[in-house]
Amino acid sequence: MLPNTIALWIIGILSLLLSYYFDKEKTKKGIKKGIKIFKGLFSPFVSIMIIASLLLALVSPEIIEQYLGRESGFFGVILSAFIGSIALIPAFIVYPIASELLKRGASYMVIATFITTLLMVGIITFPLESKYFGKKVAVVRNILNFFAAIIIGIAIGAIL
Amino acid sequence: MRKYIKEYGFICVFILFAIFSYAYSYNFGINVTKSFLYMFIEMITFIPIVFILVGLLDAWIPSQKFQKYMGPESGIKGTLLSVIFSMFQAGPLYGAFPIVYILYKKGASIKNIFIFLGCFSALKIPMLSIEIGYLGVEFTLARTAIAVPLFIGIGYAMEYYLKDKNFKITDPTEIKSLTDNI
Repeated sequence: MLPNTIALWIIGILSLLLSYYFDKEKTKKGIKKGIKIFKGLFSPFVSIMIIASLLLALVSPEIIEQYLGRESGFFGVILSAFIGSIALIPAFIVYPIASELLKRGASYMVIATFITTLLMVGIITFPLESKYFGKKVAVVRNILNFFAAIIIGIAIGAIL
Repeated sequence: MRKYIKEYGFICVFILFAIFSYAYSYNFGINVTKSFLYMFIEMITFIPIVFILVGLLDAWIPSQKFQKYMGPESGIKGTLLSVIFSMFQAGPLYGAFPIVYILYKKGASIKNIFIFLGCFSALKIPMLSIEIGYLGVEFTLARTAIAVPLFIGIGYAMEYYLKDKNFKITDPTEIKSLTDNI
């Protein structure tokens, strides 16, 4: 975890210096924009962490391992794929929860499947999507993405 | 005032809950607070720089330039551009549909539209940087390495499927009433 954080800071500060060197005005505008986005997201981000800590205190590590761990196998993957397809939560909010679940015994396969379906398949937004593309195309896109997401999840589980 | 209560009320209630838990040695509350503080500290160590990066991306990337080069004759270059263009986006998947409509209007090919849409859902740089912070660079590398070929495959599949089907994307302004209800 720590080396990743350091890497992000190094990349961030380097980009900041480069950007400042080439264009001070753009850099200032960018920083302002970034702070604005951060302010807007701070409250939902903190709220979801509160909810996550409450849930994690209620659910024992044994239960997490049983349903989301290595032993859950195919059942765990399918379950997380369906939850991920239905849920309409911004992905970046899910990462802190995913990271906690991994620390408490959930398997990479289950977590990766959940995240990929969450990103790629949208059942709740399906009516909106079909207004743009038409029903048939929206169905085909979601089905293709659903299977792609499961493939990605299983492959990550196999790699990590 | 109401706005602030709506935005920070829940957090304030939780802070009170945490203080009382410690004051009365309420074990469950202390456990919850500890795990929350751990997550909060983890977040605060890297989230600020992520948002500075997001702001800089927004200031530097002119999105119009990409759109011109994603048409049917664009070949591999167009596919590559669709992938790269998608990485400089932000927001949820349904936020991509209006962008896709503009791409469609500008003459992007069906293949590139669906490659863009797939990559939009899974390769946005702001999201990737948060993912790296939480799940590690190995996870993100593995996920993107497997996802991109699949998205390109889906792009080809959609193009093949829609070849003679007179595919079109509807103008978002015509369906504004629907988005207002969401």
